[in-house]
Amino acid sequence: MSPRRTRDSRSDAAAAFAFLAPDGLGLLLFVAIPTALALVVGLFDVDGFGNISWAGLDNFRLMAGDGLLWRSFGITATYAVLFVPLAFAAALGLALLVKDHFPGVGVVRAALFLPNAVSLVVIGLLWQFLLTDKTGAVSRLTGLDGVSWLGDPNLALVTLVLISVWFLMGYQMLIFLGGLQDIPRELYDAAIVDGGGPWQRFRHVTWPMLRPTSFFVLVTSTVNAVTGMQAFDLVFVTTSGGPANATTTVVYYAYQQAFQFGRFGYAAAICALLVVSLGAVTGAMFALTRGGRFDA
Amino acid sequence: MRRTPGRAVLAYLVALVTVAPLLWLLFSAFRPESELYDLGWPSELTLSNVAYVLTEVPFLRYLANSAFVAVIVTVIALFLHSMAAYALARLSFRGRGFAFASVVATLLISLPVILVPLFIVVRGLGLVDTYAGLIVPGLFNAFGIFLLRQFYLGVPRELEEAAHLDGCGHWRIYWHVILPLSRPMLAALAVLFFLANWNSFLWPLAVAQDESLRVVQVGIASLQGQYASKQHYVIAAALLAAIPTVLVFLLGQRWLVASLKTTGLR
Repeated sequence: MSPRRTRDSRSDAAAAFAFLAPDGLGLLLFVAIPTALALVVGLFDVDGFGNISWAGLDNFRLMAGDGLLWRSFGITATYAVLFVPLAFAAALGLALLVKDHFPGVGVVRAALFLPNAVSLVVIGLLWQFLLTDKTGAVSRLTGLDGVSWLGDPNLALVTLVLISVWFLMGYQMLIFLGGLQDIPRELYDAAIVDGGGPWQRFRHVTWPMLRPTSFFVLVTSTVNAVTGMQAFDLVFVTTSGGPANATTTVVYYAYQQAFQFGRFGYAAAICALLVVSLGAVTGAMFALTRGGRFDA
Repeated sequence: MRRTPGRAVLAYLVALVTVAPLLWLLFSAFRPESELYDLGWPSELTLSNVAYVLTEVPFLRYLANSAFVAVIVTVIALFLHSMAAYALARLSFRGRGFAFASVVATLLISLPVILVPLFIVVRGLGLVDTYAGLIVPGLFNAFGIFLLRQFYLGVPRELEEAAHLDGCGHWRIYWHVILPLSRPMLAALAVLFFLANWNSFLWPLAVAQDESLRVVQVGIASLQGQYASKQHYVIAAALLAAIPTVLVFLLGQRWLVASLKTTGLR
């Protein structure tokens, strides 16, 4: 959609430059350049004081033998594999539940979104409090007071996944609601005339019409699971990567390397590998779903 | 598409379960220390936890730092993003498609991934341990440009032409025609930016070690370490950090919800 030219386009070009320059320069300096640097800083040894020396592929060789690093990749992958489908199902279910009007629907939607407005630091503290071993509200309400939700290495990651789903499902629900409200009503009317029940209407109208929205949610939610704030903030506050490194995600591990051990080059090399892996995963998702077609 | 009361009741229940942990936070902050983990109604509701955090910890300073950073970022970012979006939507110039594609491409970059190089850039500019270091990198975010551009594309051309005939230049068209028209979208983004900046943790943690620059999220995380055995203070602090976000969300949610619903469509 290109606006018609109504004025001298040379004056437009000068104005456009003036309007774009402040944000353009900022994005260049604080997003584009760091992104480009992310791919090369790994080739250097950078310590916490800003001393830089050439390292070649040393950081990448170190990575190969770093068992904790590979473990953190595995943990991140497990987190994403659990989180993405759970959040997808929860968000779509909620959107279907609140898509039609009923008294108080606005309040219900706001309530479902509310956790997302609160910071992940508060969310982490809150759940740590609720899940306190033996004395926490969850233990007392469920009677499962032998379960250590965040203290058991086999359970901690799953617990973080569930907290993340609770935190993000309202946000994804809103995106699904947008998609649902875009589906023409006539399609449902036609399905009803043909005698389609609720399941058939979902299967043959909602699901196919929701394909672009579903694809958007799937991709953004995968990227979010791997590099989003819950992979750092939530881990930092609730488990600090423990117990026994069971919740050390890649971004948390990279932060530790850089800001606790002063190994900036090594941390950057880790992030470079993360970006490449994430690119491969989203590329594969695109190919497998043929650009968002789930039923092919 | 029949509406059954069953669905509404189920929705109320799910909503209640979803907000229950937040309500629990609200009540726990006012419980006496000895009853912090009790399930029943407390014997009394006390302000002492909140009062302790506000007076014995530099918590007001943390709150003020967060408010300052979040408000400044929100105001400046809205201004810069609406200018860029105006150029991308309403002005014709060579390279516009490329400029827009470049802006959108930056949407894929998230902070944890570029944390180290961003820190190196900001350190190179001498902004570590300054308010500018907290504020400036937070200003630049393509999401706002993207949403505003979509909105501006839909503004009728005639309004602009009438202003142009009246002798308005680009600046006045932007300021007097486009900006007033985009108030709902600006309001939605203001809510979103305020929340994102008030809630941000990783960047302030990395860029500001100086205690006088501590924002509220870093403040409560450090309280958690110091007061591990005094959870009632940590919970009160968490509530204080959450209240502004919940208020801003509740006041601004009608714009926010409308804008987010369109996010996945374009």
